[in-house]
Amino acid sequence: MARFIAVRLARALLTIAVVVTFAFVVLRASGDPARALLSPETPAEAVEAFRKAWGLDAPLWVQYARYLFAVVHGDLGQSMRDGRSAITVVAERIPVTLMLTAPALILNLLIGIPAGIYAALKRDSIADRVVMMVAVVGFTVPSFVLGLVFVLAFAVELAWFPSGGAGGWRHLVLPVITLGLGGAAVLARFSRSAMLEVLGQPYIRAASAKGVPWPRVVTGHALPNAAIALMTIVGFMVGNLIAGTVLVESVFSWPGIGSLLVVSVASRDLAVVQCILLVVAAAMITTNVTIDLLYGMLDPRLRELRSGRR
Amino acid sequence: MSSISAGRVLPSSKMIRLRWWREGAIGIAVAWLGLMLLVVIFADRLAPYDYAALDLHHRLAAPLGLGGTIAHPFGSDELGRDVLSRLAISIRISLLIAFGATLIGAVLGITLGILAAHFRGWVEQVILGCVDFQASMPFLVLALAVLAFFGNSLLLFVGLIGLHGWERYARVTRALAMSANEQAYVIAVRQLGARPWRVYLRHIMPNIASTLIVTMTLAFPDIILLESGLSFLGLGVQPPLTSLGNMVGYGRDYLTRAPWILVFPSLVISLTTLSISLVGDWLRDRIDKTLS
Repeated sequence: MARFIAVRLARALLTIAVVVTFAFVVLRASGDPARALLSPETPAEAVEAFRKAWGLDAPLWVQYARYLFAVVHGDLGQSMRDGRSAITVVAERIPVTLMLTAPALILNLLIGIPAGIYAALKRDSIADRVVMMVAVVGFTVPSFVLGLVFVLAFAVELAWFPSGGAGGWRHLVLPVITLGLGGAAVLARFSRSAMLEVLGQPYIRAASAKGVPWPRVVTGHALPNAAIALMTIVGFMVGNLIAGTVLVESVFSWPGIGSLLVVSVASRDLAVVQCILLVVAAAMITTNVTIDLLYGMLDPRLRELRSGRR
Repeated sequence: MSSISAGRVLPSSKMIRLRWWREGAIGIAVAWLGLMLLVVIFADRLAPYDYAALDLHHRLAAPLGLGGTIAHPFGSDELGRDVLSRLAISIRISLLIAFGATLIGAVLGITLGILAAHFRGWVEQVILGCVDFQASMPFLVLALAVLAFFGNSLLLFVGLIGLHGWERYARVTRALAMSANEQAYVIAVRQLGARPWRVYLRHIMPNIASTLIVTMTLAFPDIILLESGLSFLGLGVQPPLTSLGNMVGYGRDYLTRAPWILVFPSLVISLTTLSISLVGDWLRDRIDKTLS
C-alpha cells in the first residue's frame, strides 16, 4: 500500500510540473513580453533595460529555473488589472466558486446515480427509455442555454429567483440547478452502463441461482461492484463541473473563479490566468489522487496491478 | 448479457414498439442533420439579406407570429440585422469549424495512436503521458489559457478546438492497432515485405475505420458545445464574423426585450448536438458495442 501511495503522489507531482512547464512554454512562445507590454515607440535602450530588469536577457533555462523558483515560493506575479498579487486575487474567489460547485456536485450524485441504477434495473422498460432520453437531452443542451432558459422562465416571467449576482440562498438556486442537471445527465448514463455491466457478470447469475432474493443480489453484490466503476468517473465529473462553472458563472454573473477567468482572458491578465490554471490543475490532481487512493482501498486487486502499470 | 439478470423480460410486442419509437427518433435526427447540411452548403442563398447588413429602422423587430412581418420572418436584432440571415451564416460557420476541428483532432490522435502502437517503449510512454494530462484537465480551461496567452485568431481558434478530444482517438487507435499487429493478416503482409506505413494505411486502417468513425460521431457534439461555449463567452469566433454561440452571447443582453435573437440559435445548437448524439449512439450499437 505504501508503494501504491508513493507512486500516485509521484505522478501527481509530475503532472503539476507539466502544467507549470506548459504555462512557461506557452507564455514564452506567445512572444517577447517586453514587446507585448511596452509600446512600439519605446526606445531600444529602454527595452533593453526592461529586459534586464525582469531577467528576460538571461538564457531560457535560467529564466525557467527562476520561474520554477518563484512558483515554488508561491510567487505567481501580479494582476495587471488591480495590481495585487495574482494569488490573492484568485484565492478570494475560490470560496465563492465552491459555494456553487459543492451543492452542484451533490445534486449530480443524488440525481444521476439513482436514476442510472433505476434505469439499469428496469432495463428496456418505458421508465428506462424516458430516463435515458432525458439524460441525452440533458447533456446535449449547452449549460449556457439551459441557464438562459431558467433565467427567462424563473427570473423574468415568474420572478421567483434573481437572474444573477451573489447574495442570499435565492441567488444560488438557478446556477446550482443549471450546473447540477448537466452533470446528472452524464452520470445517469454512466451509472446505467456500469450497472448493466455488473448485472451481466457470472457472479450475479450465481447468486441469483443459489436462491439469494433479488433485492439482496442488487444491494449486496451488484451495487458494491458498480460503485468501483463509478469512482472512476467522479474525477471526470469534477473536470466537467469546473468547465461548466466557467459558463454558468458567466450566465448568472456569479463573482467566482469562472467569471474571473473570462475577464482575465479577455483583458490578457496573464498572471491571473496562469494562477487559475495552477489552481484548477491542483484541484484536478487532488481529486484524482484521492479517487485513486479510495479505489485502492475499495478494491485490493488494483493495488498491485496499478502500481506496476508504469 | 442476458435480460433475465436484469430482473424482467419485456413482452415482444412492447420491445417492437420501443424499437419503432427509437428508429423514428433516429429518422428525425437524420432529417434534421440533412437540413443542417443543406444550410451549410446553401447558406448564402437561403439568407434573404446580407448577414451584416444594418437596418436601423427595423431594430428588434418581432418574428412572424409574434406581431412581426414576412420581411424579417425570424425577427431582427439590436442593429436591425435579419436573424434568419445571421442564423444561416452562423450555422455554416459553426458547423464548418466543428468539421475542421474534428478532422484535426482525428488526424492528430490517430497518428499518435499509430506511433504509440508501432514504436512502443518510451514513445508510447510519452504519448500516454500526454493522453493522461489532457484527460485530467478540463479542456475549456486549457483553451481559455491558450487564448489569453496568444490572443485570438480564427485559425488558432480552429486549431485549438481541434486539440480537444485527440486523446480519445489516440487511445482507441493505439489499442486497435496493437491488437491488429498480432493478427495473421498483418503478420502476413509484413512478411511479404510491406513497409510500416503501407501496413497501417492500407491494411489496418480499413479494418479499424468503422470504430474510428463512431468515435468521431460521438466526439462531434462535444466540439460544437466547446466552440459555442467559447463564442458565447465572447472569446471564440470574433465579430464581424458570427457563429451560433456568438448569437446567443449577444442576444443575452436583449433576453427580455427580444428573446428571439438567442432562442433560434440556442434551438439549433441543442437540436444538432442531440441529433448527432442519437445517431452516434445508434451507430455504436450497430457497429461497435465495446466503445462507451
